[in-house]
Amino acid sequence: MNRYPVWKYAMLVIAFLIGALYTAPNFFGEAPAVQVSSGKATVKVEPALVGRVQEALKAVSVNADFVALEGTSVRARFDNTDTQIKAKDAIARALNPDASNPSYIVALNLVSRSPQWLTRMRALPMYLGLDLRGGVHFLMQVDMKSALTKKAESLTGDLRTLLRDKSIRHTGISRDGNTVDVRFRDKTMLDGAKTLLNDQLPDLIWTETVEGDSFKLTGALKPQAARAVQDQALKQNITTLHNRVNELGVAEPVIQQQGADRVVVQLPGVQDTAKAKDIIGRTATLEVRLVDDSAEAAAAAVGSGPVPFGTERYVERGGAPLIVKRQVILTGENLTDAQPGFDGQNGNEPAVHLTLDAKGARIFRDVTRESVGKRMAILLFEKGKGEVITAPVIRSEIGGGRVQISGRMNTVEAADTALLLRAGSLAAPMEIIEERTIGPSLGAENIKLGFNSVIYGFSAIAVFMCLYYLLFGVFSTVALAFNLLLLVAVLSMLQATLTLPGIAAIALALGMAIDANVLINERVREELRNGASPQTAIATGYERAWGTILDSNVTTLIAGLALLAFGSGPVRGFAVVHCLGILTSMFSAVVFSRGLVNLWYGRQKKLKGVSIGQIWRPDGATPAAEV
Amino acid sequence: MEFFRIRRDIPFMRHALVLNVVSFLTFAAAVFFLTTRGLHLSIEFTGGTVMEVEYAAAADLGRTRAAVDSLGLGEVQVQNFGTSHDVLIRLPLGAQGGGEAKQSELAGRVLEVLCKAESGTVATKQYTTPQGEQVSRPSCSTSTGAEPLKLSRTEFVGPSVGEELTWDGIKALSVTVVGIMLYLAFRFEWKFSVAGIIANLHDVVIILGFFAYFQWEFSLAVLAAVLAVLGYSVNESVVIFDRVREAFRRFRKLNTREVIDHAITSTISRTIITHGSTLMMVVSMLIFGGPTLHYFALALTIGILFGIYSSVFVAAAIVMWLGVKREDLVKLSAKDGDPNDPNAGAMV
Repeated sequence: MNRYPVWKYAMLVIAFLIGALYTAPNFFGEAPAVQVSSGKATVKVEPALVGRVQEALKAVSVNADFVALEGTSVRARFDNTDTQIKAKDAIARALNPDASNPSYIVALNLVSRSPQWLTRMRALPMYLGLDLRGGVHFLMQVDMKSALTKKAESLTGDLRTLLRDKSIRHTGISRDGNTVDVRFRDKTMLDGAKTLLNDQLPDLIWTETVEGDSFKLTGALKPQAARAVQDQALKQNITTLHNRVNELGVAEPVIQQQGADRVVVQLPGVQDTAKAKDIIGRTATLEVRLVDDSAEAAAAAVGSGPVPFGTERYVERGGAPLIVKRQVILTGENLTDAQPGFDGQNGNEPAVHLTLDAKGARIFRDVTRESVGKRMAILLFEKGKGEVITAPVIRSEIGGGRVQISGRMNTVEAADTALLLRAGSLAAPMEIIEERTIGPSLGAENIKLGFNSVIYGFSAIAVFMCLYYLLFGVFSTVALAFNLLLLVAVLSMLQATLTLPGIAAIALALGMAIDANVLINERVREELRNGASPQTAIATGYERAWGTILDSNVTTLIAGLALLAFGSGPVRGFAVVHCLGILTSMFSAVVFSRGLVNLWYGRQKKLKGVSIGQIWRPDGATPAAEV
Repeated sequence: MEFFRIRRDIPFMRHALVLNVVSFLTFAAAVFFLTTRGLHLSIEFTGGTVMEVEYAAAADLGRTRAAVDSLGLGEVQVQNFGTSHDVLIRLPLGAQGGGEAKQSELAGRVLEVLCKAESGTVATKQYTTPQGEQVSRPSCSTSTGAEPLKLSRTEFVGPSVGEELTWDGIKALSVTVVGIMLYLAFRFEWKFSVAGIIANLHDVVIILGFFAYFQWEFSLAVLAAVLAVLGYSVNESVVIFDRVREAFRRFRKLNTREVIDHAITSTISRTIITHGSTLMMVVSMLIFGGPTLHYFALALTIGILFGIYSSVFVAAAIVMWLGVKREDLVKLSAKDGDPNDPNAGAMV
């Protein structure tokens, strides 16, 4: 009666193997490695870089365990720290010929020591949270109000141009917060404007009001348009933060959206908050200047003459030098948006569409009118160094704040350029609303403390169970260990971040999981006490206990889910482990421990007693148990 | 080995009234301390800055306090954290009337004055860990090159976050309570659901009462512990209720009081053993988990101890006072049964 079909045993063995496989990477520890990532927004990490890194290593005859592209960086793993540092220098020399202007960031890092075949199966170690590893955590709030204001500002500019182009006369356009007011002297003008605006500016919703003898149209951003603006602002800020954090050379930065308007930045290993804050808070600037195309400048560009007065020499993307005037026409502040697209007139030639704010549009019109036929350069300044992103020729006067850059571009380049132009600045200002730094020694200490409490707690339970329930106690202990294995495996599979509250939750999950086994063992004892035969006692004991186990786990799960839904930060980590622990414990305590019992006792037809500890009966009769 | 050798049902419910009065008094005391003293909320809820500083020698709290006070930041708390070498400094929010940006730079300024108090200067130190990780951090060093103190942790929380967390905590608590009540009502009967939730909220309030009385720090982790205890000790009530239902079906001659006594007696061994096992784990956390897990483990310990008591004496007693009857439970299951089943209603 207490036998599992073969498939059930097979399932348990498979569960064990998978559990062991995915838990394993956590035990290999970490090995020194060198990480190469992009040092400039204009440089991309591509598969070809792997070859270059390998060559650089071969040149100094340093052996790497492997060199591989992972995400946006290339990593090479080494045996020890000496080779790692040697390799770092070699790679840095090979990739960055000009040390003062590095294209790539070469940083020391740690990667898991687990074998490649495990990594290829996506069996990766759990990611350690900042409290276990040390590092900086920022929670940043994006000021969405100013993103909306910026959008309203640019729409006001559009509106002005539109009305002028169609020669609709108005008595004034003003922006009030996030709404735009347009005043008219008569109703017909208003009606004409309304049709036009509904058609041309679909992001705004218009309402009419009459004030004495003047008519007013008030435009407000539609809710979905406002949402789109906010989403985009957040995305752009995250992109910008990525670019900035990259240059810190942090091993595994986490930059994530949290909620509708917040960004979490976690930099493991960084202890210098001031520097991190400085870099995150800095604004890369975008500048528009005119290109000097005089003969002296041409000579200076090829290097045969001095750079003319009032100009500077910059390198264009692709390598050609360019002489640019010092005078700044516009900065990134005037640029409200940049999107890739196609040329309006010239069919399907890829282009980048820029949108300028009202002030920018006015300046831009004046400058382009005077400089038709000349070249204009758009420069991106990062870390105080400028680079020309693009230098198009001005073909005609450009008014209205809508600029299109086209020619000599494919679609990928257009998208890249648009991204660069956008990434230069934050879409909306951010402020730090939460900050946490944890020293590396404290992190190591926390791991040790958390680990110790799990080990000692587990041992105490194991000793007690084995003494009190004898063989059944051993089964319960093995089931509990199996639970721990499964829990760690699931957490590793999910690539959950392990934090100190997470370790506490593992400990608590184990403490609560033993409840199910105690329930079962007590039930089996009770059945034996009531005179059931050993085999029946085992079967009914498990069966009866199941309902209770399910009940008690549901209530615990309700609390866990509530924590998961409303908790944030450390509590969330706790809740995830807590909930998963409940689920794995149901499997291990009931199915797995039953499997063990069945394997041990199930085959014995004439079972005289079970080893579940002494069973005392009020009437003093001998119970059916081995002592 | 068998700890519990119980010959006949223990008349737990005979003492129900006395114990309930004791319960009520404890509860009232907890509420009293909660209202008069209030919880000592961590900066996660209140906002502010916390710094943990590790001194090379045993810290002189007086000197540290004087140094921090010289910045004029208002009410600053300085206390030992775990060992005599570690000091926790808590700075209130808006300490200098400045905005959040200024507040987040506070930690650096405090480190500077602390360093000066130990006659050292702050400089950024770059080094590579044995694992090859590059680390740079501001460090304090004296002219002799010694490092009298290290900043091991700082935490800054803005005011908006704290408010939100308080709300989320309240929401989590109410969702848990409502969820558990619904489940118990669905699984048993409304009387059980009311009894179960009163018993367990009584635990929660008593844990909070302890935190208020001793002014222990109530952090997010403690909140998580409280909710975990709530879910966990409802288990206990569920197990007893389960037995109550079973006893109502099996022993038709027993009255409600006897049924409840029987149910508790037959589960008491399991109750004490499981709670004992969980307690072993929690106490291990309390002993070995270090200062960060201290209050978390403490909340769990209190919660589990009171959980045993409340599910045995409070929940069961309330069910009894609410006047649960055999019909409440047995009728329920008879309705579920197949009317054509010849054995319907037959109970063994």
